[in-house]
Amino acid sequence: MPIEKKKTHLKAGKYFMQGDEACAEGAVAAGCTFFAGYPITPASEIMETIVRRFEEEKRVFVQMEDEIASMGAIVGASWTGAKSMTATSGPGFSLKMENLGYAIMTETPCVVVDVQRVGPSTGQATRTAQGDLMQARWGTHGEHTIIALSPWSVEEAFYETVRAFNLAEEFRTPVIILMEEATGHLRETVAVREAIEIFNRVEEGNGAPFGGEEPLDAVPPMPRFGTGHRLLVTGSTHDPHGYRKTQDRVTQERLLSHLQQKIEYHKERIVQWEEYELDDAETVLISFGFAARAALKAVKDARKKGIKAGLMRLKTVWPMPTERFETLAAQAKTLIVPEMNFGQLRGEVQRFTGGKKVIGVNRADGEVITPESILRAVEGGTSL
Amino acid sequence: MKQEYLKYIRDNVFPTAFCPGCGHGILLNAFVSALGELDYDQDNLVLVSGIGCGGWIASPHMNTDTLHTTHGRAIPFAIGVKLANPKLKVVVISGDGDLTTIGGNHLIHAARRRIPITVICGNNNIYGMTGGQASATTPVGAKTMTTPLGNDYRPFDLVKLVKGAGGEHVYRYTAFHAMQMKKAFKDVLQKDDFSFFDILTGCPVQYGRRNELREPAKMIQWMKDNSVLYSGEYHDDKIMVGKF
Ligand SMILES: Cc1ncc(C[n+]2csc(CCOP(=O)(O)OP(=O)(O)O)c2C)c(N)n1
Repeated sequence: MPIEKKKTHLKAGKYFMQGDEACAEGAVAAGCTFFAGYPITPASEIMETIVRRFEEEKRVFVQMEDEIASMGAIVGASWTGAKSMTATSGPGFSLKMENLGYAIMTETPCVVVDVQRVGPSTGQATRTAQGDLMQARWGTHGEHTIIALSPWSVEEAFYETVRAFNLAEEFRTPVIILMEEATGHLRETVAVREAIEIFNRVEEGNGAPFGGEEPLDAVPPMPRFGTGHRLLVTGSTHDPHGYRKTQDRVTQERLLSHLQQKIEYHKERIVQWEEYELDDAETVLISFGFAARAALKAVKDARKKGIKAGLMRLKTVWPMPTERFETLAAQAKTLIVPEMNFGQLRGEVQRFTGGKKVIGVNRADGEVITPESILRAVEGGTSL
Repeated sequence: MKQEYLKYIRDNVFPTAFCPGCGHGILLNAFVSALGELDYDQDNLVLVSGIGCGGWIASPHMNTDTLHTTHGRAIPFAIGVKLANPKLKVVVISGDGDLTTIGGNHLIHAARRRIPITVICGNNNIYGMTGGQASATTPVGAKTMTTPLGNDYRPFDLVKLVKGAGGEHVYRYTAFHAMQMKKAFKDVLQKDDFSFFDILTGCPVQYGRRNELREPAKMIQWMKDNSVLYSGEYHDDKIMVGKF
């Protein structure tokens, strides 16, 4: 069975740690045995924690010459059977994009963490933002689908990292963890459980090692290097056995369909969100990551004032629960999307509201969005 | 090449995509012969390549695990494979544009760290696949698509570059030196060290036609006439071949 119950390396109990640390501990717990990194604020503490843990546990850490190389190295390592990871922030995330697409095309499981800071370019290294939501979705070129998770607390940084590895292994795809500097550097309590469930990739099985055969949504087995399979791995368009087919329209069509369907047809296993006070809500807030913390506070404050507000918080940001956007849009009198950018999530929600206007509460000056600013929008919205 | 060595080549890869006279084929032949003479375990060997005609030497020809990566990045992928499973023999084969121009940074760092992988540069002094633009190894004065009046800039001497970066087990041969090349491949295949090969393969189609070396035989003759076996003295105006 690919699912295994595994004792965590930490004794069950409460720990006080930073978001970045929790992310690294989650990776260790999930069975990550290879990490390639390059220093960058505010993600370096992930690497720092990994270095310490990996030394104790005899796993492989390598500091590469840049983020392009780190991304390449984790893909190479993954083909030896390792669960692999890299972590970075905006500038490094940009550099990883070409090899991220390679991981998608070659169906290579791996985890890429982006602790978001203010951009564009070098921006403000120590300031928080949510400006990479669309980059996570569309940063690498060409039509593709991606999985991205957005923890909103230190505890979730731990467990969502475990989930990221599990999804990467199950669907043979890179999974992005989008954190914010605010969560990465926050210190909070993490309740570590005795054991966690982890998913290990299916290495042997019937059929070719790449997708494109019927059923198109099935995840093919992934043998590892050095086991006699003589694998042909390429980022060029390839048939299910890995042979390049760079002129053939049918192969391209089937490969693309496979890469999309293996994720989109199994959204129910991937897409998670939480709902707060939505049953009777007339004002519906939709948010993610650190901004959702302020949004929840605003909902509570609004309720105290007798305003029927509720919150939908995305844990999986890609793919998005768009069907739920539709039903909430039908229910709501007012739709508000608070986020730490100029409206990247709002634009997505807006596509599924049947024309109902979505109000944005936006902040992109490097400071965290406040419950007060969101509450003002809630009050303003309901008085319309 | 002996018939029995064909086990190292995939069945359904002929005819190859290489142009007639392409020296990348000589490199491939020498590498396969080295494996054959050693009866090398092809299931413990991973070949990693980048993008370009040089990236096609290994993929799909070689009947081993192959990782055909992105342009310039073969070395980082290879390092990931090697560090994650040190038992595997990992060999990078790619072009000069790939390994030394867009990917030059990875090359010097792999040499500096002496990561135990073998890097073989199929150096045809030009970007062959994309139609003959200048690379970091195009000689001064050479005509390419992007230097129609002759290249203004000095090329890398890859032997000096890799040695300067700290690399050991550094070799250079040309397409004329198939036997010596094969012997050196055999030497490094039996070791678990960093090693680097600058193999001048020659590209009659993109380089030769612009530089009066369009005939493959003429190009090989030119390589023969201009190369000198290294024995302690390095001549910058010659193609120094051997072990450095
Ligand atoms: C990032 C990126 N830039 C550019 C290209 C286009 N490209 C394909 S092959 C190639 C040059 C390869 O030259 P070289 O490595 O010398 O190999 P050759 O074809 O000469 O053997 C280039 C620039 C690409 N595939 N990816």
